[in-house]
Amino acid sequence: MRTYLDFEKPVAELEDKIEELRQLAAKDASMTISDEVARLESKADSLLRQNYTRLTPWQKTQVARHPNRPHCLDYISQLVTDFTPLAGDRGFAEDKAIIGGLGRLNDRPIMLIGQEKGADTEGRVRHNFGMARPEGYRKAVRLMDLAEKFKLPVVTLIDTPGAYPGVGAEERGQAEAIARSTDRCLSLQTPLIAVIIGEGMSGGAIALAAGNRVIMLEHAIYSVISPEGCSSILWRSADKAKEAASAMKLTAQELLALGVIDTIIPEPIGGAHREPLQTIQQTGIVLEQALAELDGKSASEIITARREKFLAMGRQGLL
Amino acid sequence: MDNKPMNWLTRVVRPKIQAVFRMRDTGESLWDKCPACDQMIFQRDLIAALNVCPNCQHHLRLDPKTRMDSLFDGARYDWLDEPVVAADPLKFRDQKRYPERLREAKRSTGREEAMRAASGHIDNLLCVVGVQDFSFMGGSMGMAVGEMFIAAAEKARALSAPLIIFAASGGARMQEGMLSLMQMPRTTIAIQMLREAGLPYIVVLTDPTTGGVTASYAMLGDVHIAEPNALIGFAGQRVIMQTIREKLPEGFQRAETVRDKGMIDMVVHRKDIRQTLSRILRMLMNKPLLPHGERRNMNGAFTPIALAAPPRI
Ligand SMILES: [Zn+2]
Repeated sequence: MRTYLDFEKPVAELEDKIEELRQLAAKDASMTISDEVARLESKADSLLRQNYTRLTPWQKTQVARHPNRPHCLDYISQLVTDFTPLAGDRGFAEDKAIIGGLGRLNDRPIMLIGQEKGADTEGRVRHNFGMARPEGYRKAVRLMDLAEKFKLPVVTLIDTPGAYPGVGAEERGQAEAIARSTDRCLSLQTPLIAVIIGEGMSGGAIALAAGNRVIMLEHAIYSVISPEGCSSILWRSADKAKEAASAMKLTAQELLALGVIDTIIPEPIGGAHREPLQTIQQTGIVLEQALAELDGKSASEIITARREKFLAMGRQGLL
Repeated sequence: MDNKPMNWLTRVVRPKIQAVFRMRDTGESLWDKCPACDQMIFQRDLIAALNVCPNCQHHLRLDPKTRMDSLFDGARYDWLDEPVVAADPLKFRDQKRYPERLREAKRSTGREEAMRAASGHIDNLLCVVGVQDFSFMGGSMGMAVGEMFIAAAEKARALSAPLIIFAASGGARMQEGMLSLMQMPRTTIAIQMLREAGLPYIVVLTDPTTGGVTASYAMLGDVHIAEPNALIGFAGQRVIMQTIREKLPEGFQRAETVRDKGMIDMVVHRKDIRQTLSRILRMLMNKPLLPHGERRNMNGAFTPIALAAPPRI
């Protein structure tokens, strides 16, 4: 069962009709439907194309959160061989909102750290909807230490509605855990490539995204606060999320123009959730390119380049 | 703080208070009311106590200039230039345009942005101090705050001096979008450079320090000091309550609890912050003991302190 977003209603109607025709034809062999199906399919396709070439920031927010959008574990299963999950922060707990482990990306050993939202109800509960607790960030720091010790690059996959806002998380130092994780990204002697695959919300995202390259999927969003949160604070009303999404400039295209990200990975027509495999393969190609660009760089070159990139942000071309 | 039940006293006294506040509007008032204990306090006494209520010791917010005056020797110091940043990089508009909100903040505070920094001496030790200003758009962290922080860290490096930051912030400056979030890694880089230079970085967390500020430079200090009862946390209490649908525990996200949970080193009364900073920094910077704290007697013999009461920790 495909989940349609509200702006995809016309496409949904066309695709329902195609499905209906197919079922009728299956019962009645004398029916020829191919012409009609082809016509409807091309109409649906051009509608999708129209929609997806000019998604509004709010529509992109919905696409980025689409339940069928490929998640961290999908990328791992398609792109990473020999994946060996590593668990626990060695202090308090294992946090399944952040997946981490050794693996190979096209044979190259890497440390992969990513946020997983979960694919179904049970998965979403297990992974806490991708909302990490301090232990998740502390595990990430531990894995970055490990990667650095053995000179492995780190790839992070960002997809979180934010760090978990709970009493225990606060008491165990959510803020400190995020700060230390960002700090570790920035001191890492090996390359760090971050890909925002879905939604990258606030401090919970930057904690893993302070990389040498920051890459976004075409319809992913990356923001200082969720549009809903911004709406309730600045408009003092819950229903201005649409306006907030536009005002905050959270799309890949706007963030590329602002110099906050480096690269955009194009998504298939109709979004990553329509062609997950194609999306993941494309991401793999871009990741390999990014890693190849940093091959042979010394630790100090890697650190300096990363620092200069972040220090330059907002300084140029904006005055 | 404000939704305390009215008792007989406030009910009786309220009309008088209003009269006082009317006087205050004309600049003639001599009294202020403590928001914690409702006591009327002589303004003169409040100023002398650095905005700490003499009755209940509640720490009211302190403006950057008074803070600097209270820290540096002889209230003498040099302000760092305020960085020039893009005024409205996103052309942001909510119910008002961002430049309009900025203008209002400047008008109501008489200040340019939410952080200021200065260099000067504390007990003869050269220091750089940054003070965040909650009354300026909630102390929110945008490009200007980030650049001021970086400039302060660079100044500290240039002077081989420690950096002290008084944090106070509701979090990110939403009107600057991702450029605001990017101040988290940017300020972290400035701290890393201090670390590499072997210079101390001390954070004093004041009321309130939350959001992206706590989750970056306010939690990366060599030593974390907090003022009593300061609100310190990452997520806002309303958001947490909506998530867990329970009441929050007593003292949650307050300085003393945060200390007991292991996130800060100590809670220090405002009147003692200067000497606490001085004591810590002199040791971290390997400076000799100050004359007035000298423990050796006139002949140079060591005065035993073993019989003194052990510190209460
Ligand atoms: Zn009081």
